[in-house]
Amino acid sequence: MTDMTMPKTEGLAVSSQAYRKRIKKRYAAERRFRAYGIAAIAVAVAFLIGLLGTITAKGAPAFLQTNITLNIFFDPEKIDTENLNGVNFQAMARNALYDMFPEVTERREKRQLGQLISVAADQQLREMVRADPSLIGQRKDVQLLAGDDLDLVVKGTYDLSQPEAERPVSDVQVAWIDKLQAQGHLARGIAWPFLTTGDSREPEMAGIWGAVMGSLLTLSVTLAVSFPIGVLAAVYLQEFATKNRWNDLIEVNINNLAAVPSIVFGLLGLAVFLNFFGMPRSAPLVGGLVLALMTLPTIIIATRAALAAVPPSIREAALGVGASELQVVTHHVVPLAMPGILTGTIIGLAQALGETAPLLMIGMVAFIVDVPANFTDPATVLPVQIYLWADSPERAFEARTSAAIMVLIGFLILMNAIAVVLRRRFERRW
Amino acid sequence: MSHSLIFAVLIVLTLIGYYFGRSQATGILRSGTTGKLHSLPFYHGAYLAFMVLLPAMGFIITWLVISPMLADHFMAQYIPGAATMDAATLGLKMSDVRNMANGGITSGAVDEATQIAADFYSRFNQISLWLLSVCSIAVAIASFHFGRKLIALRFRARNHVEKIVRVIMIVASMIAILTTLGIVLSLIFETLRFLQKVPLADFLFGLKWSPQTAMRPGQIGSSGAFGMLPLLAGTFLITLIAMSVAVPLGLYAAIYMSEYATPRIRGIAKPVLEVLAGIPTVVYGFFAALTVAPMLRDLGVELGWVISAESALAAGLVMGVMIIPFVSSLSDDVINSVPQTLRDGAYALGATKSETIKQVILPAALPGIVGSVLLAISRAVGETMIVVMAAGLAANLTANPFEAVTTVTVQIVTLLVGDQEFDSAKTLAAFALGLVLFVITLGLNVIALYVVRRYREQYD
Repeated sequence: MTDMTMPKTEGLAVSSQAYRKRIKKRYAAERRFRAYGIAAIAVAVAFLIGLLGTITAKGAPAFLQTNITLNIFFDPEKIDTENLNGVNFQAMARNALYDMFPEVTERREKRQLGQLISVAADQQLREMVRADPSLIGQRKDVQLLAGDDLDLVVKGTYDLSQPEAERPVSDVQVAWIDKLQAQGHLARGIAWPFLTTGDSREPEMAGIWGAVMGSLLTLSVTLAVSFPIGVLAAVYLQEFATKNRWNDLIEVNINNLAAVPSIVFGLLGLAVFLNFFGMPRSAPLVGGLVLALMTLPTIIIATRAALAAVPPSIREAALGVGASELQVVTHHVVPLAMPGILTGTIIGLAQALGETAPLLMIGMVAFIVDVPANFTDPATVLPVQIYLWADSPERAFEARTSAAIMVLIGFLILMNAIAVVLRRRFERRW
Repeated sequence: MSHSLIFAVLIVLTLIGYYFGRSQATGILRSGTTGKLHSLPFYHGAYLAFMVLLPAMGFIITWLVISPMLADHFMAQYIPGAATMDAATLGLKMSDVRNMANGGITSGAVDEATQIAADFYSRFNQISLWLLSVCSIAVAIASFHFGRKLIALRFRARNHVEKIVRVIMIVASMIAILTTLGIVLSLIFETLRFLQKVPLADFLFGLKWSPQTAMRPGQIGSSGAFGMLPLLAGTFLITLIAMSVAVPLGLYAAIYMSEYATPRIRGIAKPVLEVLAGIPTVVYGFFAALTVAPMLRDLGVELGWVISAESALAAGLVMGVMIIPFVSSLSDDVINSVPQTLRDGAYALGATKSETIKQVILPAALPGIVGSVLLAISRAVGETMIVVMAAGLAANLTANPFEAVTTVTVQIVTLLVGDQEFDSAKTLAAFALGLVLFVITLGLNVIALYVVRRYREQYD
């Protein structure tokens, strides 16, 4: 068509040297570019594996604990059956241990030896006697909780090659532990206190059950508030709202709320729920309300998407046989969209479960030993418990923290798995 | 009678209302009247249930708001010299009385007047609760009787119920607006109170942050400097580090997944990246503080650099990884929405795949990518737990990523966790910082939306 002729320069010919060089360069660039992409994904995956691997490696030992078997003499002279709370069972356990190491006589060393038993021993023995008073006067082998330092030495957490002054256990203590182990007095068992009790200052007695209960109570408030409100709001916006300024404002608002930093919701909770309405601090009720406000946009957006996926033919058919607008929605559209709605709700709740910052603002960060049983009891939640333990100086809390993270991630995986199953099994393609 | 008992009684009454209404309606049918019921019996029941529940609920809520105000008002009259006290002292006295009435601990010695006031206060609350239970149930029964008489053959129960449900839905959708309003008002209100104590210019342009106000007059070592620039500088330093990790990694990951990866690899890589977004931030914070920071410090020792234990670098790097999925999933969507014809055109001109991506697809997708990066920045600015656990508290005005810096969010947390005094500049400063944070993130979101809308290319 045109008279334009290609200039016959050397470089453009397909067979020329320069062309081949250029194309080689271009292909190399192509391969490099591709490699960057692979590298980016690989870095992200490696980080994820590193993160989960480190936490599992650190946390797994915390699910086991070391018990120490001691031959306890329930001395009838020292046990006042009228006043069991006043009896020093700890001393009884310590004496049993001293009997095993008669060579230890010096006071300082005796104290170090006594540290090998957990202070929980006192409570353990008291409960035994309370359950079975016939023990009094007998001599019996009893498994007691070991102290956190002994536990960590047995698990190999401490680097014993370090100089003595730089580690929390002394050389004599390590020698005693080795001896106890050689004689078969130490046994591993599942760390029930970790799974069944509340927080404690002593690492070996600190448990996550209090935090798990706190999380459950908080999340049930969140669910009870955000699910009905979110679904009602989404149904209104998607099915009934006409396009006008007011409804646009609501929409923009919801989208903006989804991007507000979570800590700001905490400030809202502090200013409005605590200071203005005078609700109790540290309570799952308030935590649940704050998280509900945070989860609301997620639920509304997911519900609207699920409602929008229901084809208009369903609505028209229902209207055609005489259903009212509300009946169309409640009898047909919402039930059909339910899997999508539930999936969105579960994902929103999973986010709420992992949230820490807003709960710090409303005082759910206190040290709480008792397991909460009520919506107004002071409580803490799993992520906050992790934050608290991560701050504790004792080495044994490091493993507990990782183990608590494993429990938290376990719950998250469970919730997401339910969401995936719901989506796979019940979601319809139209 | 406690509050929960009142609610339980109310729910039972509501259920009774529902069944009564339904059976009343079916009763009309059975009684042999000719003609058809306008609404199904279900709607008559639902109407009666609403009639029982809603007025009583409205009454209870109003009462619960008004009663504590009245209690405070009357109780203040029992405090001697209340009229001459300033608001703070009176507030302290009143909270003493409240604590005493609830069997708690008071500050200072208990005097006669406080005791009398506390007795009055607890008696008032008791009477109020009794009145509330009696009146709310009376309201429920009265409206039940009123609604019951309306049930008839031609009564349009369904229309009424649908109207009520629609109003409830509108109220539910307004919660979002109320939340925003609550956030804005509470932040602004507390910030104004803060600005009465600290001048605006000191807060906005001050170079020193040291929120140690004196707890009692003449205390040594107290210094109240509320200049937020060091905090902003720290926030932006960490954000910068995070974005320099997240943008390249996220973008390359998105490009690879949308342009190169086979469906199978995409099916694996995309969920894995999303897992990164699902991990709680407190976990990242723990990892940053306990694994990444010591690693960096050891590395620094090897290389002869001084990297502090709570460096901006550790927090920034980990935050960057956390943000990768935000960049990658949004960019992925944008790149996917670039029409295939553009790619085909570029290939037809002899471009390689990477040349097509760099010269055709990325420019076409740029507004969306910029939008996603801005959203990711707003995430990074508002992120709290990673920096609280890994970035430290020292308000250094520095650009050195190896030093410890602090951020806006860290300071909000430290100011508000633990014992706080009402009304002190320290507590109020947290709200002022919260307002700054809210404005920054809101601004970033608005700009992101604007960029996406304004510069989006329309292909068809």
